[in-house]
Parts: sequence; C-alpha cells; structure tokens
Amino acid sequence: MKVRILVRLKPGVLDPQGRAVHHSLEGLGFDGVSDVRIGRMIELDVDEATTDEAIDQMCRQLLANMVIEDYSVEKLNTAEPA
Amino acid sequence: MGARCAVVTFPGSNCDRDMAVALEKVTGASPLRLWHGDSELPEGIDFIALPGGFSYGDYLRSGAMAARSPLMASVIKAAERGVPVLGVCNGFQVLTEAKLLPGALMRNASQNFICRTVPLIVENTQSLFTGAYEAGEQVQIPVAHHDGNFFADEDTLDRLEGEGRVAFRYAGPCNGSRRDIAGILNQAGNVLGMMPHPERAIESDHGGEDGRRLFESAIRALAGA
Repeated sequence: MKVRILVRLKPGVLDPQGRAVHHSLEGLGFDGVSDVRIGRMIELDVDEATTDEAIDQMCRQLLANMVIEDYSVEKLNTAEPA
Repeated sequence: MGARCAVVTFPGSNCDRDMAVALEKVTGASPLRLWHGDSELPEGIDFIALPGGFSYGDYLRSGAMAARSPLMASVIKAAERGVPVLGVCNGFQVLTEAKLLPGALMRNASQNFICRTVPLIVENTQSLFTGAYEAGEQVQIPVAHHDGNFFADEDTLDRLEGEGRVAFRYAGPCNGSRRDIAGILNQAGNVLGMMPHPERAIESDHGGEDGRRLFESAIRALAGA
C-alpha cells in the first residue's frame, strides 16, 4: 500500500522559504500570487496490514515536528486487479 | 578525579573535535568520544556535549534523525536523571527534536547561512552553565548556522521567560528567533541548548574567550555538587 504524507508548516508559522519563492515568482512577472507556503511530501510503501494508528505514530514521532508542522495522510489505491 | 565529560559524534557532526578540545582545555582531561550508534552511555558520565554540525546531512529536519539515534535514548535518560547536557548549534536542534527542550529551530528568516561573531546578553546567571557570568553581561560568541530561527508558541515563550529559562539572548536581531532567543534551559536547569558556539571562543587566538566561562561554570558546578 502506498501512503502519501503531506507535512506542512502550521498556519501562522513564518515560512522564509515560501516567502523567497514568492518573491522570485513576482520577479518573473507572475502577478496575483498572494502567498507561497512550502511543505514536504513523503511517500511510504507499507504492508497492507499497517494500521492508521501506526502511520499516525510515524508522523508524530518522526516525519513531522508537531511544534511547527501539521500533516495529512492520504492512502493511494494500489490494489492489484483480481 | 575531575568531571568525566563525553562528546557525542553523529555522522555529519563537524564541531565535535572543537568541543572536545574546549572541554580538555577547561578540565585538563580529554573527554570521552562517543559514537551515535553506541547503545549505552558508559557509567559515571558527569557531562554530555552534543556538538555542532550537520548530522545526517540535515535530512528531514535539522537534528531530527540524530535525535532518534541509538545513543540518544541513553542521553535522554541521563538528562532526566539530572546529568548536565549541553547542545550547541546542531546539538541544540537535536535537543529540541528529542523533546528535551521546547520549541523548534527553523530556517533563518533571511534564508542566509549566518557566520559571524554576535553579541549575546547573558539572561540567567543562576544556571549551572552560566554561573561564572555577570547578570546582563554582554558577551561575544560566534554563530554559524542556517537553521537557528527559534520558534515556540507564545505560551511556551512566556513560560520560558517567566521561569528564567532564557539563558542567552541575541543583543540584536540575528536570525529571526522569537524574542531574540539564542539559548534556553530545560525546566530542571541541567540541559542547555544554544545556537552560538562557546567552544569557538575559548582562547584569545580565537578572537575572544567569552565562551570559556560557560564550561568553567559547568565544571565548577559539578565539582561543588
């Protein structure tokens, strides 16, 4: 099973990287971008038996830093056709 | 016999030797050098230093992987028993990632790597790491980091300030840190994390000796303990 985890800075936490990229986009002449936030995508390939609780713990214990980041989990449908 | 000090090396640490030299200059004895993959701390360690560098190439987040390395489990237990632990730069990042200290160290607000000597205000002179400084004293200590922007929520910041746990503050804006915080203590006062490098200011040839008293404070506190 593939699991896609998105780790993002919490709202209100300043994102200097996003701000620099925003500035570059403006420099390229792209108007109408009001904000840029940069996060991280992590894809896991896990056993089918892996529980939601286990994935949650992976996020909380290592993949995200809960002081500054939030995460969301998406399970990708990779079941093979019968 | 003097204090038994130990310096932990992670893959990618690069200030471990400087830290060991600083401890040797101050204590007169060469500290133990420990590898992150060791499973246990040797018996009778009185002081643990986590050095600067780029452990695990700063993969995932600075300090994140090192905080979960085998030896860190023993370091956390030792810290909880009251053994003094000093984390400098990447060592500070490791301490926050290991939850021994609150908050997190984010990319500098300027996005730039900052490498220069900065003035710091010693905010707490009661701790075992800062007893040899004068209250409110300004000292000069080098910083060299990309991820030194200290972040914590307002409640945590208020608690740190209220409990006298801000050990060092930048005398002026440096890297975007909330309330210009450069170094903090844990609640028990035996764990100090700081971005500036006291081990790089030990003798006059370094351009300054203001870091030396940090180690002297700790060693004196240990001798009196």
